[in-house]
Amino acid sequence: MRRAAHGMRTLWGWLRALSGDDAYERYLTRHGRQHPGACPLTRRDFYLEEQRRKWSGVSRCC
Amino acid sequence: MKNKLLGVLLAGVGAFAAAGIALNRHEPINALWIVTAAVCVYLLGYRFYAAWIAARVLAIDPSRATPAERLNNGRDFIPTHRVIVFGHHFAAIAGPGPLVGPTLAAQFGYLPGMLWILVGAVLGGCVQDMVILLLSTRRDGRSLGQMARDELGPFGGFAALVGTLLIMVILSAVLGLVIVNVMKHSPWATATILGTVPAALIVGLYLRVWRPGRVLEATLLGVALVLLALVAGGWVDHQPGLRPLFDYAAVPLALFIIGYGFCAAILPVWLLLAPRDYLSTFLKLGTVLLLAVAILLTHPQIRMPALTQFVDGSGPLFGGTIFPFVFITIACGAISGFHALIASGTSPKLISSESDVRLVGYGSMALESFVAVMALIAATLLDPGVFFAINSGAGVVGATPEAAVHTISGWGFPVTVEQMRALAAAMGEQTLFARTGGAPSLAVGMASILGSSFGRGLMALWYHFAVMFEAVFIMAVLDAGTRVGRFMLQDLLGHAWRPLGRTSWYPSVLLASALMVGAWGYFLYIGVIDPNGGINILWPLFGISNQMLAGIALSVATGILIKAGRKRYALVTGLPLAWIALVTTTAAWQKVMSPDPRLGLFAAADELAGKLAAGLLPAERAALAPQLIFNQRLDGWVTFILTALLWFVILDMLRVCLRRVRGLPLRAGSEAPYQASRLQGAVAESGA
Repeated sequence: MRRAAHGMRTLWGWLRALSGDDAYERYLTRHGRQHPGACPLTRRDFYLEEQRRKWSGVSRCC
Repeated sequence: MKNKLLGVLLAGVGAFAAAGIALNRHEPINALWIVTAAVCVYLLGYRFYAAWIAARVLAIDPSRATPAERLNNGRDFIPTHRVIVFGHHFAAIAGPGPLVGPTLAAQFGYLPGMLWILVGAVLGGCVQDMVILLLSTRRDGRSLGQMARDELGPFGGFAALVGTLLIMVILSAVLGLVIVNVMKHSPWATATILGTVPAALIVGLYLRVWRPGRVLEATLLGVALVLLALVAGGWVDHQPGLRPLFDYAAVPLALFIIGYGFCAAILPVWLLLAPRDYLSTFLKLGTVLLLAVAILLTHPQIRMPALTQFVDGSGPLFGGTIFPFVFITIACGAISGFHALIASGTSPKLISSESDVRLVGYGSMALESFVAVMALIAATLLDPGVFFAINSGAGVVGATPEAAVHTISGWGFPVTVEQMRALAAAMGEQTLFARTGGAPSLAVGMASILGSSFGRGLMALWYHFAVMFEAVFIMAVLDAGTRVGRFMLQDLLGHAWRPLGRTSWYPSVLLASALMVGAWGYFLYIGVIDPNGGINILWPLFGISNQMLAGIALSVATGILIKAGRKRYALVTGLPLAWIALVTTTAAWQKVMSPDPRLGLFAAADELAGKLAAGLLPAERAALAPQLIFNQRLDGWVTFILTALLWFVILDMLRVCLRRVRGLPLRAGSEAPYQASRLQGAVAESGA
């Protein structure tokens, strides 16, 4: 039972990483480590900034 | 020892499956043979050829720090677990090309397409993607154009830029044409596809306003909304009052797609482009998985013969003999030049260890090629008569159902009007005659596989699900392509007048978007009014442009290998390059020079001009003729320019190689110096 729960959690983690659902949390962790004390972007600003960056280059194909 | 055993086993199973295909030449073969042979070929290629390339040709060094580690900024440069990079890379390269190309190439029979999808991918496409991915990883994630400029010279960079812009225009036009042919006089498909636009807008608002950045929740909501649009489309189709509101001819639909493309290019990305892409990625992966499971469950018989008489060039879908046109038509399923743009874009900035390049580059393309194999199966399990009735333009087989079945049955592929009528009724469509573009016949094939696995009574629903799936991700590619094209144009225009280069200056945004949409909109419009269906001209043009880009990528790769003193291994990219150059040049030569109006663009223009001058055309055709004549000549010139660009780059590469052999000074190139990795065992900070 515990193993099944662990497996589900791992799968959920993969799914979040693959879809980019956890991008903001990763950003916060990193930001806290590298610029302690500095004010991070809000979740919304981070999302908009990421979309702008992602869609200014070739990111989809035939 | 274990590896050798695995290899022998794979080779054995693969050979057995291939023999099964070879020995069953005169009776229908089962799709499972094809699937088995394909999987064995990919595994052998991945296990042995890719490993050899990684170790010997590229001298992959896991101890070398990748740009993701050295330049880690938590944004675009992030060391990421290889499975996650594989997922992102596959989602980026997987597009509608491998679904359409194999369907069209099925006019030659199932065998030529299948062989080229397998051989081309394992020896060409996968190798190109993997090599470019590594070369870009070693150059801080530089783009193909930048690498061409740094390693070959300014000309190479310019050719890559122009080539990319041209391929974006042609790709958007041909994909637009594919969706128009799906929506034409189909209220269900039109209502569903229109319904996906508000679905995307709602998801965009959800991600921006209500729950910023919660991608999974939003995707779940979006998938529910598009499924609702699917069912609602079916409901509309049964309402006599609503039906006519969604029943359109091709021209207004084309104008709608053009207007939509313009809006998508100028609206903020979060509103339409990004949410549509989340939906498309989810649908794409889900449907590919569903299709694979359904093929394994139903293991359908392939009804198309191994080879048809159309290998001689008389095919109804497009003119041209099996060589070179099977290679040009398959394009993305075997080698796609476009992938080199992705492999030198986002992906190299995520790679946490050079040893991941094999899985991400080679592995993703092998999977993409497998999608092409499934599309080929879905197209060839149809009765050949039905396949040709759906995919042949009215100008080729005759405008009435009776004329079409007469022509097609005369070729030895019996089909009746009743059979087509019953099929159309089962799929919830008015007619399936002359639905060119590959998407409708693929949808019929998918519906019959999915329907017999998961509910036969739902055939019409499955057909429109397949249609919606294709449309959603074609429109995502259309949006993204137009936007990137807009940025590239702004960059070019900025050289002429500086303010035009500012990507956020509104007049410049409007001008560049209008130019880009106008360019592909023009080709789309002409394709729509062409009585032969348009696809017969546009798809080969797209194939040539895509293979030309692959030729540029392989030239850059070969040049770099030779410059680095790895001359012994240069054939690994040099041979695919030679083949691509041969195929592309032959195809372009025939398209430009052939006196046969079914093949040669100038010959077709001259023939039509002659008929127009002699007054042999009916009034309706005569009105369109001047536009068609101009367009065929224009397409001829575009083909010529594409081929010239390819040869300029090849000659530039040969010049660099010659200088290397003679010991003359060379450009320094842009490879980043070695720096030892500190990521222990390449464990990435993100991912699992």
